[in-house]
Parts: sequence; structure tokens; C-alpha cells
Amino acid sequence: MSVLIYVELDNGSIKKTSLEAVAYGAKIAEKTGDKVAVLALGKADISELEKAGNYGAGKVLHAADDKLDQENSLAYADVLTQAAHQENSKIIILSKSGLGDAVAARAAAKLKAGIVSGVTGLPEINGSFKVPRGIFTGKAFATTEIKSDIKVLVVKKNAIEMDESSVRTVNADVETFSSVLRDSDFKATIVEVEKAASELSLTEASIIVSGGRGMKGPENWQPLLDLAKALGAATGCSKPVSDLDWRPHHEHIGQTGIKVAPDLYIACGISGAIQHLAGVNGSKCIVVINKDPEAPFFKAADYGIVGDLFEVLPKLTEAVKNLK
Amino acid sequence: MKILVCITNVPDTTAKISFTDNDTKLNKNGIPYIIGPYDDYALSRGVELKEQSGGTLTVLHVGEADADPQIRKALAIGADDAIRVNADPLDSYYTAAQIAHIAEQNKYDLILMGRESIDYNSGVVHGLVGEMLGIASYSPVMKLDIDGGTATISREIDGGKEILKAPLPLVLGCQEPIAEWKIPNMRGIMTARTKPLTVVEPVSLEEMTTPEKYSLPAPKGTCKMIPANEAETLIRLLQTEAKIL
Ligand SMILES: Cc1cc2nc3c(=O)[nH]c(=O)nc-3n(C[C@H](O)[C@H](O)[C@H](O)COP(=O)(O)OP(=O)(O)OC[C@H]3O[C@@H](n4cnc5c(N)ncnc54)[C@H](O)[C@@H]3O)c2cc1C
Ligand SMILES: Nc1ncnc2c1ncn2[C@@H]1O[C@H](COP(=O)(O)O)[C@@H](O)[C@H]1O
Repeated sequence: MSVLIYVELDNGSIKKTSLEAVAYGAKIAEKTGDKVAVLALGKADISELEKAGNYGAGKVLHAADDKLDQENSLAYADVLTQAAHQENSKIIILSKSGLGDAVAARAAAKLKAGIVSGVTGLPEINGSFKVPRGIFTGKAFATTEIKSDIKVLVVKKNAIEMDESSVRTVNADVETFSSVLRDSDFKATIVEVEKAASELSLTEASIIVSGGRGMKGPENWQPLLDLAKALGAATGCSKPVSDLDWRPHHEHIGQTGIKVAPDLYIACGISGAIQHLAGVNGSKCIVVINKDPEAPFFKAADYGIVGDLFEVLPKLTEAVKNLK
Repeated sequence: MKILVCITNVPDTTAKISFTDNDTKLNKNGIPYIIGPYDDYALSRGVELKEQSGGTLTVLHVGEADADPQIRKALAIGADDAIRVNADPLDSYYTAAQIAHIAEQNKYDLILMGRESIDYNSGVVHGLVGEMLGIASYSPVMKLDIDGGTATISREIDGGKEILKAPLPLVLGCQEPIAEWKIPNMRGIMTARTKPLTVVEPVSLEEMTTPEKYSLPAPKGTCKMIPANEAETLIRLLQTEAKIL
């Protein structure tokens, strides 16, 4: 029996959030005595797949059919189900993302498995199987018992503590997995894909610098971009900012936008409305820069600076540069 | 075209959440309820498509009678009729199976949902329903047009967007800017009173998961304030104290 982890690829390598899911799966397998198998789909760099071993995987099943190169949650769920049958997997793990949820849901329906998405920590296993998960957009948690024989968990970023000790130097064996693809999963035609090529993805980034209406206009973003560059950070924004077209929609963070969980979130000129906080409350450390000492965001912050962001941002950038 | 829109009945986004009965139940006291914000987008686009194509639009909710005001609101916004499956939906699989059961009896061309409910679950019911019905599902959908039997969908993907064409029937999880939220007008509110709301009992099925105990996040420690003219102190603290940089 194997704990099976589905990993997402980016340019042939396993995404960071998916590697975390592998480490999460390995922790469960330690308890249950299962093996750890990983499933990767589409074009991949084999030496990158082997790295799943560093996070506890014994083997990687690689389904390399070129029909799988293009994101397709229907086909991916089908292949995941086939892998779960082969490995006799009772516990299936994915990392939380739009794709992860879609693949998990369809696979759960095929396997008649209970599914919990938004898992925030390791399960408690003793006779029963209980996992913590976020509910009410991060305003609360629930301990949920999964009673079905097969269990599908969609795990949030930072659900386990990752440090050097979670990383070994062992390669996983990469095996070709021959899947059977169904025509019915390929009825849609993809007309166009628009991807911001070089940008660091918000869901993967460990640092995010984010701007709100306090930035006053799209022409003022340079100091924020400079700080982000110095930190190697991704950039985000509040909803009004993307509604006003100051920044692209895919940068919009919050309840109706992207939910992020970086190590460090720096909010510049964002008031901290509850709908914005819903998207950032998984962050490890929050820094707030706002000229209004009463801004609600300070209540959710670890560090705060009351001041004019146009004066503060360049100073921070300089201080970061001086670090190096 | 036959459209089904699935709506949730959820605490208002700004509601303060607390629990009762030894942290095993949500404290519903004094909480204003709303149609899930994403479901509202799905409903609004559904009404527009219905008006264009001259089909029918049914709203469906799996839940208890306290949701009826929200269901009536959906009728006032433009749905023709409503179905409520009388059950307490705490498990995604269970909820999806109830929706799929209704959909099997009625053969909808389009099943619109929100990208995610904002109470217990999180973006999986559309995929579950799609698979249970053996049809395709996509989410989050930001733009949707129907031409004959084909949908053109603009969808958010990691770091960008994707446009695809897919044949109906489909299950779609919607989010803004797919449509502007519609506010019921007086005529809508009046006619909603007489539109049919059918209550059906759930098909029997075991819940695969059950929430056992709820908790609130640990309160944040106090925020450490740094004077604006000592910005470099912040960077130092992030390095030495928070150990991030
Ligand atoms: C259903 C619903 C869903 C929503 N979803 C989201 C969501 O997903 N994400 C989201 O962000 N919002 C969302 N909102 C909107 C949310 O309620 C707030 O309106 C929004 O987050 C406010 O954005 P802001 O903080 O950028 O702007 P404001 O609230 O206008 O705040 C601007 C801040 O900048 C500060 N400031 C101004 N000038 C300076 C300066 N020179 N230096 C330093 N600070 C300065 C001000 O003190 C103020 O605190 C949603 C609302 C609803 C009703
Ligand atoms: N109890 C329910 N009744 C009707 N539709 C629901 C219910 N729960 C979820 N949905 C639909 O499924 C979507 C995704 O929900 P979820 O997977 O719970 O995040 C929601 O936006 C609704 O459209």
C-alpha cells in the first residue's frame, strides 16, 4: 500500500507546494507504515522528478503521454485514479490550488472517497482519522473525521513545518506509468493560454509585497516593485486596485481573489478589510505599512510601520540591498 | 437551454464567527445570512444567459429551511423555480451526490456554481458533481458565452488565464467578473412569492466526513511597531528575530 501524492509540475520540475505535499504524505506514511509514491503527469525533467525522494518519496510514477502536457483536470483525475488502484492507495494527497481541487474532486468521485480540502495540519490517526482544516475563509478551523476507506486530502501551504531536517539526499526511482486516456476527457479545445512568463507565482512565492489603494495610482508602483525585486518577492494587490485596473486581475489577493500563504507578506497602503485578510491569514509573518495608526490591518500584523509608504518603501529597499 | 444554479446559504463575509455546544456547532445567533458571493455571480450570469436564449433557470440548494429567504431572493433575481433538498450539508461528497441526483432527473445543459462556498467547503463540489454525472467541469470561470451547444470559457490558471471551448453539458464554478451582481427589483420580489419552491428529501447516503470540533485561530500577539524613520530596523528584525530574510 502507498500513500499517493499527486504533484504539479512547472516547466518540468515539481512545484514547491507539491514538494511540501510529498513531505506531508511521507509524514503520514511513517505512521501508517505505507510506502510513499508520487504521480507526475506530462513533460518532466527526470532528474527533477527524482528530487521527490529528498522529501520522502520512494518512487515517482511518471505518465509522460504528450496529451498530458496541457493542463486537463479531467484526464489528470482519471490517471490519478488508475495510479491509486495500482498502488492500492487509501490515502491520496494533493496540494491546494485550482487544479489540485479539481483533480482531487473528480478522483474522489471515481474512488468513492471522502474528500477534505483546505487541510492545515497532519492527521490524528488512532482508530479514527481526523484532520484539521480551515473553514469560513480562514476565520476558524474544524477537526474533521474522514470515515471512508479511501481518503483524499487537499493540503494547504504551510500545513507542515518544513526545515532542513525534512530534506534528505535520496533520489526517488522514476518509473514510467502507462495510463489509459479516454477520448471523453479531451473534448474541450484550448484556444489560448496567457501566462505571465517570468513572473513568480503568488501561490508559490515565499515573500509577497502587496499594494492597496494607498498607492494612489498605477504610476506609483515602482517603489513597491523595487522592494519586491530586492527581496525576490512576488507582487500582489487589493481588490479595488485590480478593479481599477492599476494591476492585473491575477494579482488580486483576498476572499474573492487568490489566497496566499507566504513566509512574509508586506502590505503597503492596504487597510486590512476582512475580505482582504481572508486571503492572507495563512501567512507566517505579516508586515503592515500604513499612514493611519488605526488601520485594522495592524491587528493582524506582526510588524508595523505607521508612515507614508512613499518614504518608507525606498528605505526598506535600501536596507535589503545592504543586507547582501 | 436548461440551466441549474446551485447556491449556498452562508454567513455574511463580515460576520464574526463563534461556536456553541462545546465547540461542536456554529453559533448562528445574530449572524446575517447571504447567498454565497460566488454563487451570486453564477446566478447573475445564469439569468443573463437565460434571458438571451429563452430557456429556464432553476436554483438548487441543499440545506435546511432557514435558507428559504435566500432561495426566494434568487427567485426574485430571476430564477423560474427552486428546489431545496432538505438536509444539513456538512460534507462535500454528500452535498454533491444530492445535487447530482437532482441533475440526473432533469438533464440540464448548464450547471452553474460558485468557485467555492465560503463556509465549510472549498472548491470541490463542481468537480464532484461533474464526475458523478460523467460530464466536464471547469473552475474558476471568469467569462462565459454560449453559442449553440458550445461554451467559450475564460478561466484563471496559475499566473494567467486560459480560454477554452467545450461542448455542453458542463458544470462550471464561477467567479467575478463573469457578471455584475443583480439586485432584485420590486416586480421580481412580488413574483418570487408565487414561484414554485419544491422541497425534496435527500437520497440516503452516508456522510463520508464529519466535522467534530471547531476552533478559532489563536489571537495574534501584539504587532511590534517600528518608527517610520528606522525602516532598516524592520529588515534587521525580519532577519534576526523572525528569521525570514
Ligand atoms: C463580497 C466582497 C468581497 C471582497 N473581496 C475582496 C478581496 O478578495 N480582496 C480585497 O482586497 N478586498 C475585497 N473586498 C473589498 C474590501 O472590503 C475592501 O474594500 C478593500 O480590501 C480595500 O482595499 P484597500 O485596502 O486597498 O483600500 P482602502 O480601504 O481605501 O485603504 C487604503 C489604505 O491606504 C492607506 N494609505 C493611504 N495613503 C497612504 C500613504 N501615502 N502611505 C501609507 N498608507 C496610505 C490608508 O490609510 C488606508 O488604510 C471585498 C468586498 C466584498 C463586499
Ligand atoms: N449545500 C449546497 N447547496 C447547493 N449548492 C452548493 C452547496 N454547497 C456547495 N454548493 C455549490 O458548490 C460550489 C462550490 O462549493 P464548495 O465545494 O463547497 O466550495 C458553491 O459555490 C455552490 O455553487
